[in-house]
Amino acid sequence: MCTMIVENVTIDGSGKGSKGWFNLKKANVSFDHPFNAQFDHSLNIDFVNDDLGIEHRVAVELSRDSAQKLIEAISTALARGDEQLGPT
Amino acid sequence: MWNDWQTDSYEGQTSELVKIKGYQDDEINAYVARPNGTGPYPGVVLLHHMPGWDEFCRETARRFADHGYIVICPNLYERFGHGTPVDVAAKARGEGGVSDESVVADAKASLDYLKGLSNCTGKVAVLGHCSGGRHSYLAACRVTGFSAIIDYWGGNVIMPSDRITEKQPVSPIEYTKDLSCPILGIFGNDDQNPPPDQVDQHEEELKKHGKSYEFHRYEGAGHGFWYYDRPAYRQEQTMDSWGKTFEFLSKHLS
Repeated sequence: MCTMIVENVTIDGSGKGSKGWFNLKKANVSFDHPFNAQFDHSLNIDFVNDDLGIEHRVAVELSRDSAQKLIEAISTALARGDEQLGPT
Repeated sequence: MWNDWQTDSYEGQTSELVKIKGYQDDEINAYVARPNGTGPYPGVVLLHHMPGWDEFCRETARRFADHGYIVICPNLYERFGHGTPVDVAAKARGEGGVSDESVVADAKASLDYLKGLSNCTGKVAVLGHCSGGRHSYLAACRVTGFSAIIDYWGGNVIMPSDRITEKQPVSPIEYTKDLSCPILGIFGNDDQNPPPDQVDQHEEELKKHGKSYEFHRYEGAGHGFWYYDRPAYRQEQTMDSWGKTFEFLSKHLS
């Protein structure tokens, strides 16, 4: 199914791709065909830096259930960090 | 048809990259697979699927060439840059896909390329899988000169208004009245896009406008059931629909 569902978000951080670490500038979050995961469709996140070229990409393709768990894990980890350190 | 040749007949084909002038006169790459011989051979414009201008498409092109067709498969993602097919397709996906306008122009340029070959009969089909099925339908409605179209499980042929975007500004079903050639549709009944009720709606629209069509719906198959690298692959339905494909092309490109 070609949903063409995509959300783009500007981010700041680092990712490790096939050529080592690089600065991340954007995350493309889609719900569409995966390229590798064995699902019909999946929650896909491409962490990219368009300035560095098309091969600078860190990719994940997750089942819907996995993606939901990841959201919860991120939220929990952020909340615990805020609790210990205060919002940064 | 499968295994339908004589063991003492000459066999040979060439496949290579060529450059054509596509949308907005951009030079784009296209993969061409053609039988070696003087022909004349009918042609096929193969529009690649959402996962990109990839190995499946190249192998599919060569298979059609094996069966006596000159095939051109343009890189519809050319403007997103170059890299591995997956990296390029990911870039396209991240930007909301390729615009319909760009695809239709690249399909027209591909048609013109084939019609300009001295060993092409000038009878050309347009076909594609997944988004390539949708794009093929758009091309067959908006470009004159195709003799047949095959839509393999093209999703979003029927688009509700909330799915319309700048790049996909018109639901392809709206162009049905302009369809200029017979259509073969191959679908899996377990598909979610297009689901069976949308295939029915599409059929009704074709009937309403008096178009020549042939739809085949397969039980036990979902989206992308030809993809031998995916769990969606269904051997029996794939082989049957390859047969339907060659029967249809033989009928309309002769």
